[in-house]
Amino acid sequence: MEDATVVESAGSPACGDMIKLYLKVGEGDVIEKATFESYGCAANIATASILTEMVKGKSLREAWQVSWKQLSDELGGLPPIKYHCSILAVGALKRAIRAYYSAKSERPEWLPEALTLEEKQVMEEEEMMERYYKALGSAGSASKAGETGERE
Amino acid sequence: MSVSAKLRELLREHGQPPREVYFDLENSGWVPPEIVEAMLPYFNMRGFGHPSITHKPGWEALEVLYEAKELVARTLGAGSLEEITFTHSGTEANNLAILGYLLANRGKGGKVVVSAVEHLSVIFPAEFAEKLLGFKVLRIPVDSEGFVDPEVLKNYVDRETVLVSVQAVNHEIGTVQPLKELVDVVKAANPDAVFHTDAADAYGWIDIDVEKLGVDMLTLSGHKVHGPRGVGALYVREGVKLESPLRGQLSAEKLWPGVENVPLIAGFKRAVELLFENLERNILYVKGLRDKLMSGILERVPHVLVNGPLDEKRAPNNANLSFLYVEGEALTVELSMRGIYVSSGSACSSRILEPSHVLLAIGRKHEEAHGSILFKLSRYHRPDDVDYALEEIPKAVSRLRTISSWVS
Repeated sequence: MEDATVVESAGSPACGDMIKLYLKVGEGDVIEKATFESYGCAANIATASILTEMVKGKSLREAWQVSWKQLSDELGGLPPIKYHCSILAVGALKRAIRAYYSAKSERPEWLPEALTLEEKQVMEEEEMMERYYKALGSAGSASKAGETGERE
Repeated sequence: MSVSAKLRELLREHGQPPREVYFDLENSGWVPPEIVEAMLPYFNMRGFGHPSITHKPGWEALEVLYEAKELVARTLGAGSLEEITFTHSGTEANNLAILGYLLANRGKGGKVVVSAVEHLSVIFPAEFAEKLLGFKVLRIPVDSEGFVDPEVLKNYVDRETVLVSVQAVNHEIGTVQPLKELVDVVKAANPDAVFHTDAADAYGWIDIDVEKLGVDMLTLSGHKVHGPRGVGALYVREGVKLESPLRGQLSAEKLWPGVENVPLIAGFKRAVELLFENLERNILYVKGLRDKLMSGILERVPHVLVNGPLDEKRAPNNANLSFLYVEGEALTVELSMRGIYVSSGSACSSRILEPSHVLLAIGRKHEEAHGSILFKLSRYHRPDDVDYALEEIPKAVSRLRTISSWVS
């Protein structure tokens, strides 16, 4: 999206799933447009796609209320092994909402300071890979490896 | 909605692709009609009896069981058909070899050496025996193409080594191990150590002779040679004592209880007969198709890594490629919609959310393993199957890369 107000991602190539969320936020903090990019399995792509459908036209406050369980239900119920896809998508959304207000140096009273379940889970997943690669002693972190771009 | 109803829905949505090519011969495969035909009489016309009971349908069953043993023994250069045991899968054959030998030698302690790229039906029984029976399991690392270096193996074997298991050909990346050299290293360090090799992916692709190689146990699997699944075989050298980890009524097989799968064994026998017909010509034919597929993809699709060796040390039927910036399971789904059936070593494909241990062992990063796709070819593939794959794969990869958040 060219005119996105906020862009946030969750996950990493090393985890095997990564969602990048683009939101265009307009008058009254309402989401006018929502698009995604996804690197991940079919469930990852599907959850990201459904999430953008779900939040379009919602205010950020309403969008904040979307839970991973709601998102999973919307897809007809993900199997337990794919719950993390839904958690990742909601994690990216929550990060985007926080980033929007932090850029405006605002914090509405409904926005909690403490991280939500989804945000914590996403961080854990990302950090687990960081630790893995540190333990291996390989140069650079997992997420950096993903960002280096050009490869053979 | 019940699970089966969901699957019906999924298949309805998927629809029938205009053309289909199945490359997932690693995980299972179709059984060609000439092999099914050889099985059919044994379901209800002859040999449907229990092979160790004294009546005509039983003797007919025993007859085909022994024909199959004779054939397998001959193709492996085994001294006696008594050295061949049929199991109900390759996994069972590996379990019988590893657990069976360690059970027979329990209480003495000692070391078990397996390569880091073995099939999980070797690694898990070895770890199970470590926990249960007190053996110490050592995993030998491999190089970036999956080879076990005989010089490295020397550091892992000594007088305490009880059992060594290194596969003949890797099931995911096609690495052809220097088996003879590895066996020689083990026997020189400790003549009493027993050497097992999982040859499920080698049978019919490279020369296997248990006498020349000096291996003590060797695993085969039915569905890896276009036979039916549900049948495997283990060669056990005369004098090597096993104690079966499976208990029950023994039948014709003395190491594996339960009623032998006679119709499937008849199918396995037919599959082996066909495998060794025009063997050399078929190997060259498949290698030609594989080379065309692999080089065709590398020409058409950027950012692709080859997993495993590139030269003659790669099994002729194997192609394993990592498509960077896309996730493998998503690619298997995208390709399925186009009628191309493959598997991936990605974490999402594994059901335990861990990428392939083989790809990690050769030093692939997680994100490289996640984009891996395994193709296995056979003499039943046609050149235009490969042409079709080469048309569709670049489109599928490109579609997923367009939406990928892992940007180049």
